[in-house]
Amino acid sequence: MTVLKRWRILLEPSRSSLAPLMTLTLFLVQMLNGLQLGILLFLVAAGLTLVFGVMDVINLAHGVQYMLGAYLMVTATALTGSFWLGLPLALAAALVLGLLLERLVIRQLYGRDHLDQVLATFGIILFVSEAVRMVWGSAPLAIPMPQALSGSVRLMDGLNYPVYRLVLIGAGLGVAGLLYVLVTRTRAGMLLRAGATNAPMVSALGVDITALFARIFAFGAMLAAFAGAMAGPILSVEPGMGDNLLILAFVVIVIGGIGSMRGAFVAALLVGLIDTLGRSFLTDILKLVMSASAASAAGPALASMSVYVLMAAILFFRPRGLFPAPA
Amino acid sequence: MNRLILAFVLFAALAAVPAFADTAMLTLVARAMIFALAATSLGFILGQGGLVSFGHAATMGIGAYAVGILMEEGVRDALVAFPVAMAAAGLFALVTGAISLRTRGVYFIMITLAFGQMAFFVTQSLSAYGGDDGLTLAARSTVAGARWLKDPKTFHYVVLGLLAFTVLVSTVLARAPFGRVLAAGRDNERRLRALGVDPYAYRLVAYVIAGAFAGLAGALYANLTEFVSPAYLSWHRSAEFIVMVVAGGPATALGPVLGALGVVLLEDGLAHLTEHWRIIFGPLLVLLVLARGGIATLLVGRRDG
Repeated sequence: MTVLKRWRILLEPSRSSLAPLMTLTLFLVQMLNGLQLGILLFLVAAGLTLVFGVMDVINLAHGVQYMLGAYLMVTATALTGSFWLGLPLALAAALVLGLLLERLVIRQLYGRDHLDQVLATFGIILFVSEAVRMVWGSAPLAIPMPQALSGSVRLMDGLNYPVYRLVLIGAGLGVAGLLYVLVTRTRAGMLLRAGATNAPMVSALGVDITALFARIFAFGAMLAAFAGAMAGPILSVEPGMGDNLLILAFVVIVIGGIGSMRGAFVAALLVGLIDTLGRSFLTDILKLVMSASAASAAGPALASMSVYVLMAAILFFRPRGLFPAPA
Repeated sequence: MNRLILAFVLFAALAAVPAFADTAMLTLVARAMIFALAATSLGFILGQGGLVSFGHAATMGIGAYAVGILMEEGVRDALVAFPVAMAAAGLFALVTGAISLRTRGVYFIMITLAFGQMAFFVTQSLSAYGGDDGLTLAARSTVAGARWLKDPKTFHYVVLGLLAFTVLVSTVLARAPFGRVLAAGRDNERRLRALGVDPYAYRLVAYVIAGAFAGLAGALYANLTEFVSPAYLSWHRSAEFIVMVVAGGPATALGPVLGALGVVLLEDGLAHLTEHWRIIFGPLLVLLVLARGGIATLLVGRRDG
């Protein structure tokens, strides 16, 4: 069973109880769910696009950093007995592990062929996934939902939505805003943008580029871990949970334009919405134009293709994505 | 000349395997040879054309599914199923390649990966053909009605013959003007364009040929395991093919074969050692990459910093 399928089952309210009149409610719920997937995708894609944009490194291991975030959160909440104490602890651990990974492997990959980077980071995936299996076991784990956020709120008639999911969306948007300010308004952000444009020049001007790269990498790892930690209470935490999200994050940064933060944000929401809405409504829409059995057969297949078709279509017209980063 | 001797020794050794191997060993070697066939096809586009396709497992998986689906529908003969498998995989390569090849570098890697994943999800939603759980084949394909492939030794020689044929095709194509254009596009695309040659069509043809041969490998693999599942198309397998090609040495005819045999046998050996074999294989892979250019650079760093 894939992450996405489980995602869908967990997110969807039971369909059998839905009267046709409630389609609008269902649509709104799915919009929120899509937004939620989009936010998680953005958090993962942001680190990916940062690392690629500034260091020119394609990091396949970004998905396992998301997974690791969730697992660290499992342990941190168990240790502290609290979601709110566990979260900073898990993030700190993820940051340290990110720095360590950069120091041991990623640093050797700067300026290397993309093929080398793919192979080495694939090796990291194998290692970390297996290490996670050995430490935490293969069985899915759960992170307890914080008590204060476990209820649901009534958004309109017949539409109750869990508080935690709203908080997740809010937190993601907050991080996006924070990132925007960080990149455009602070000295660290200025260095980051300068590094992406011309790293040797920044180095020549006396900035410790090695330390800058290490910090950016670890920061990206922490963002992915944040996504994993926040997704923990609604998804089951299991080995391989990062794989499919990683591929979707690739789709996101390809659509958005590799290296563009703004592109990653727009594309992440687009992909999250299209994927979620496609999975819930495409079969019903197809039933309007073909027989029910044919629609039930074709719907899921087409829905799982939808984001890739979107990517292909966008690339056909704009081979460098929606917001191409300056070359 | 040395290469000819190496090829002769390698294929003679593979031909001698059935003389002493038991069934389990024969299955392992057949698996290694089938992966070698797929790796050779990837090696052709990656080594000769510089195209790092990250979705090669998808074309192989489509070949496997073609055999599985045809058998489910009552078409059992390899003389029909194998060409259909190659055509289906080639068609997938044609459509996805036409889009992917408009991009270069890291975009190409990610797009081929995404298309591979798309095929993976589609096979997963084929509920009529097993969906998530995969599809068990009723039997191996027949050849003109005869059940040759059932015998492990015959199957071994069929796979060996097709592997030799694939290596031969890749060598001939690499030396033909077609292969020269691909290599020129890999080394200096701008100069090639200045000479008035647009590499796009050449790359697309190479991509389709590689896809079709991967489809052949998939058809063989479906017969070996008598089973097809979405896992055949997973991106982990695509990455493994890249590992095989790079470990063996791209841009050589025998490199991918040696790489595939090495990786499959190493994985099997490590798996006998511990169920957590990936914890060893992963770091080995990292070391393989970091040590390119010699073990010395790994220990003391590159001289040019």
